[in-house]
Parts: sequence; structure tokens; C-alpha cells
Amino acid sequence: MSAIEIHQVWKFYGDYPALRNIDVRIHRGDCVALLGRNGAGKTTLLRIIAGLSRPSRGEIRVEGGAVRAPGAKRRIGILGHGIAIYDELSAYENLRLFGAIYDVPDPKRRAMEWLERTGLDRVRDGLVREFSRGMRQRLAVARAFLHDPDVLLLDEPFTALDDRAIAVLQSLLKSAREQGRTILMSTHQLREALELATRVILINRGAIGFDGDRTQQMLDEPAWLYRRYGEGG
Amino acid sequence: MNYLRAVATIAAKDLRSETRGKEGINAALAFAMVVLLLLSFAFDPSGEQAREFSGGLLWLVFAFAGTLILNRSFARELGNDCLDALLAAPIPASALLLGKCCANWVILCALYLVCLPVFGVFYTINVAVQIPGLLVVIALGAWAITVIGAMFSALTVNLRLRELMLPILVYPMLIPALLGAIQLTTELLAGAPIGGDNRIWLNLLIGFNVIFTALSVFFIETVLVG
Repeated sequence: MSAIEIHQVWKFYGDYPALRNIDVRIHRGDCVALLGRNGAGKTTLLRIIAGLSRPSRGEIRVEGGAVRAPGAKRRIGILGHGIAIYDELSAYENLRLFGAIYDVPDPKRRAMEWLERTGLDRVRDGLVREFSRGMRQRLAVARAFLHDPDVLLLDEPFTALDDRAIAVLQSLLKSAREQGRTILMSTHQLREALELATRVILINRGAIGFDGDRTQQMLDEPAWLYRRYGEGG
Repeated sequence: MNYLRAVATIAAKDLRSETRGKEGINAALAFAMVVLLLLSFAFDPSGEQAREFSGGLLWLVFAFAGTLILNRSFARELGNDCLDALLAAPIPASALLLGKCCANWVILCALYLVCLPVFGVFYTINVAVQIPGLLVVIALGAWAITVIGAMFSALTVNLRLRELMLPILVYPMLIPALLGAIQLTTELLAGAPIGGDNRIWLNLLIGFNVIFTALSVFFIETVLVG
């Protein structure tokens, strides 16, 4: 059963095709590294899968449902470029808010659990605007994982994270992969991504340049993939 | 999540954010007070004319001050990409809009209720003469400003010149509602109750709110997601 079905998706910005005929099935439990140069279309594809943008042509289904349907959205967790938490609310209020929105059972207890897991329980009532960058990032990770999503969409998750936040995220991603959750992450940090990934998709100017299992050669020499299958490769 | 609970959750979140930050409330309140004060010097506030232009003056101040608050309605979500998190969450975009409308409506009504006695003092008008009717008009007028303002706030949220664009888009759309509110307020402040000839303005205000609330709920998903 496919967790994500991307069927002949095109996305145009004016006349410019940001995505060209993307046709991919991502199976449950896959951990996919979505690679590509800046402007290749990775973020556009992730936004369409998350239901934040509509494809110009084609169709996307998540866990068998239309991507904008509440049932599908409940099963997706997103960690994007922005931290997506409110500066004027406390750490606890942020997690309670998203717990309520996602219908998490006992959102108070769940919020406290995640504050403990991310080492923020001692500052639970502090306003986010007073947090350090690392603390905000850890709270963003907690927000993305709070509702136990089956599908994780991560857009450059390691960018701008401090060491502690990277460690928290890597440990959460490893346990998510072991639990059979589906992970799709776009990144420029090849080594971190390839260590976690079971499958690699390379996008070149909006089209798929490579789609296959992660191999030892990719781990040994991460740049090889770009040289072999990248633009002009 | 139950639709009404989603609306209430978003409204509570926005109210909490606004009352903690107070940026919009402070700016709108200061603006309203300054305009009321300056215009009280510009006109002879004790004259009979004050009663004739009272509704117009009051609602122009309400509308201008209102956009200062409504400008931030969706812009508030941009800071940390929170809008993406809400759009990706399992709540309908219309619940998001209505939640924001409810929060802004509460803030606008509170702002107007603070301005009203100040207006009465500056212009020597007894604002309590038809207070129940006046509260109804304020509630309906505030909803009209809120629903149009929130919808266009969503439409302009990604524009760099959104602070400029919002008033340009909102005020022409608000003309029918403002006309109704101005007429009713002027008559109420003159001591006439709602009913008879001025009933048509009340119906206009109610009709405007029903139509534009329905249109906004219908189109908000397209506006936000495309």
C-alpha cells in the first residue's frame, strides 16, 4: 500500500514549470531523501503533498485519501523552513493548541510529554519569544511529532538547527523509521539524510532525475549522486 | 475536530496573542482617540450639526481603526510560517477564517465601546439615549468590518504592500454596510428608535453580513490554498 501517491503532477508558476510530470509512489515505511539543487522543486513538491498548494495538473493521495481531506491531513506531520509556533504563546500553550487542533487525546498530558522529550519542560510557561533559537527549534520538532503522524514531511529539517536540536531530530526520525512511519525529507545535508534514508529521489529542474534505493556508494561519496544524475550529469 | 470547536480554538488563540502583544489594539485605540480629539477641535461639537454628522464621524473612525487591527489578522501568522501549519492541520480553512473573525469582532466591539463614551464627551452627545439599539448596530457594523477585513487580510497576506492594499480593497466593499450603520447610528443618537423608516438600514446591515459571511466562508479555501 502506498503512503503517498503522486500521479503525473505538474506545477506552473505563470509559464514556468516548477514541477514536470512527477509520478512517484512512496510506500509505507519508506524513508525518502528528496534531493536537488536550489530551485529544483523540492519545496514545491512537499507543499503540494502537504496540501498547502494545489498542483496545476495531476493528483496526489496520502494514505489513500485526497490530500486536503481532514483524514489525510491528520496523518501528516510537517516540519518546514519556519518553526510554525507562536511567539506570543508559551511552549505549553503552543503544544496544547496544536494538540487540540489535531484532536490528540489528552492534549495536556501529551504536551507535557513532548516538552520533557525535547528538554523544554522546565520552561513550559515561558513565552516562545523569550526562547533561544535552539529551544524554539526543539519546540518546532515537538509540534511536528505531537500527533504521531504516519507521514512526516520535512523540508530541510537540519538547516539552522543547533547540535542539540539535530540530536533530538535524528533520534526521533530513527525511531519513526523503526516504527514504520513514512518519511519524506528534502535536504542539502546529504550525509545526515543519506544515513537515515532507505530511498533517494533526485529532482532536476522540476523533473525526476533519479529514483531508487539508497546504496553504499551514496553513503561513501554523497556528491556522487549529483555528479552522475544531476543536471548535466 | 468539531467545526465549532475549531472556530473557538482559533478565536481563543488569536485573542490570547493579541491581548499579550497588544500591538494592534494599542495602535487602533490611539488612532481612534486622536482622530476623535482632533475632529472635536475642527468642528463646533456643541452645535446641532454635531448630531447630524455623528454617525458618519463615528463609523469613519471605527472603520479606519478597525483596519489597523484587521491588517494583522492573517499577517500575524506569517512570522514563523504559522499559516502553513494551520492550513496543513485538519481544520477547514473556513473555520480558520471564522475563528479569526470572532476574535477580531470581540476586539473591535471592545474598542468601539471604549470610543463611544469618549465620543459622547467630546461632542456633547448623549450616547446612552438609545443604547440597546446602538449596541445592536455596533455589533452588526463590527461584524461587517471584521468579515470583509479578515477576508481581504487573507487575500493580501503575501503582498509586501498589504498595509496599503487592505484599506484600498476593504473600504469600497464596506460602503453598503457603512451606509446602513451611519444612518442608523445618526438616528439612534438623535433619539429615534430602530423601526419604521430606518428599518431598511438594519435589514441592509443584516443582509450584508449574511451575504459576505457566506461568500467568505465559500471562497477562503481558494484564497489561501489556490
